[in-house]
Parts: sequence; C-alpha cells; structure tokens
Amino acid sequence: MVSTAKQHRTDMARARGLGAAHHGVNHFIIERATSVALVPLCLWAVWAALKIAPSGYDGAVQLLASPINAVLAILLVLVSARHMSVGMRVIIEDYIDAKTTRIALLLLNTGVAGLAAAIAVFSILKVALPGLAGH
Amino acid sequence: MSDSKPDVAASAPVVRPSPLSPHLQVWRWHITMAASILTRATGVALYAGLLIVAWGVLALASGADAYAAFLAIMGSILGRFVLFGITFSIFYHLAAGIRHLVWDFGKGFEPKTANMSAFFCIGFGLAAAVVVWLLAVMTGGA
Repeated sequence: MVSTAKQHRTDMARARGLGAAHHGVNHFIIERATSVALVPLCLWAVWAALKIAPSGYDGAVQLLASPINAVLAILLVLVSARHMSVGMRVIIEDYIDAKTTRIALLLLNTGVAGLAAAIAVFSILKVALPGLAGH
Repeated sequence: MSDSKPDVAASAPVVRPSPLSPHLQVWRWHITMAASILTRATGVALYAGLLIVAWGVLALASGADAYAAFLAIMGSILGRFVLFGITFSIFYHLAAGIRHLVWDFGKGFEPKTANMSAFFCIGFGLAAAVVVWLLAVMTGGA
C-alpha cells in the first residue's frame, strides 16, 4: 500500500459529493434554484419587450428609468447568466471528451457569460442613472 | 484497507471515455425524446438570447443612434425570425423547466403523464409565442 497523506481518507470520503463532473451537486442545485427565480423574471422580460418594442429609444430609456424595472432587468441578467453558464457547462461536459478542448470551452463559457452579464448590468445602470453618467 | 487492495485512483487511466448512449439514429422518435432534445436546444437558443439582450442594452446605453441600429437589425426579416425563435424558446424552456422541477419531486414519470406533459410543453411554447407576437402586432411592436 502506498502510504501518502491522502490515503488516510477512505474511498467513500473521497467520492462523497462528487459525481462524474468532479464538482458535486453544487451546479445541479444552482440550476434548479435559478430556474425557479427565472419563471417570474422571464414573464416580466416578455412584458418589458412588448412594452418597449413599439416605443423606440425614448420608450426603452423610460422603462429602465423606473427603479423596479431596472432592478428586475439586472436580476434577469444576473440570474440568467448563472443559469445559462451552468446549463452550457453540462452540455460541454456531456459532449466534449478531450480534456484540453473541454477546459478551453468551459473557460470560454464562463468568460462569455460573465462578460455579457457585466456589459448588460453596467449598461442598465448607465441608462437608469443618467445623472451619474456625466453630461 | 488491506495491502492487497489495488489503488484504483492511481491505476485508472487519466482519461476514460465517457459512457455513450445509443446513437440518435437507432432510436424510434417519440415525444419525450423530442421534448428532451428541445429543452437543451432552446437552452442554447436562450444563451444567444441573453447575448442579444446584452447587445441591446449596450446599444441603449451608447445612445439613440446605436439603439436605432440595433432595432433596425432586430426588425429585419432575419431579426424577427430569430426573435420569434427566442420567444418560443422562452415559453417552451419555461414549461419544460417546470416539468423538470416536478420530476425533481419524483412525480410525473409515468409514461402516459410524461408523454402528455411533453406534448403540453411544446403546445404551450408554440401557443404562447403566437399570442405574444399577435400582441406585438396589435400594439405596433412587431
């Protein structure tokens, strides 16, 4: 028997909480929790899209000037970005077996979701808080 | 731990091939399978949808001209086609997500129930998308 420090842990202790993807049930729970929040947020998003579709630039700015709409828009973006990055992670882990490609795609996925969320949140705040954005 | 027990972690190959289910082509298509594939496909479509939302609010924050350019692209035939697909994806994925949450509580797995809920999700997605676009036409937003 090779006696290294980690061998003192039993096989069960090392396996517990980890599945085939090696990071346990954390993402599974995040996917479900965000999905519950997205039910009302998506319905709000459809309502907001219908509202701003005919009203051009002014209508869209006016919608985000309302604190409730701005907060819901930010929540929609943040919760969606988390949900979609976890969902895409599962797809990548299901279909991409080559380790290097898998890691590259997982990093790309995290980066794209994070970048989109950052751009969207900053843009929403800039529209919602025109006084802070300079002249 | 006995000495004779092989060290599984050390002897296992670094990369094991993932277990594969039979290829798509050997399955007889049925509605629960279509619903499963559609859930994943609409999820990918909605990934693109959030990128479009991010692009739209970025254009809005950049000023009236940038936002008008965004509206022009989204208002084109191709843009509307994409937006209709995203509308369907929202409602289908929403219904399919609720179906999955019900499954998480261990209910709804009977073949008859699963077939019916799959059929309902697809129907709901199509019907809700059509209703939303009718509303958009009526309010001048389409």
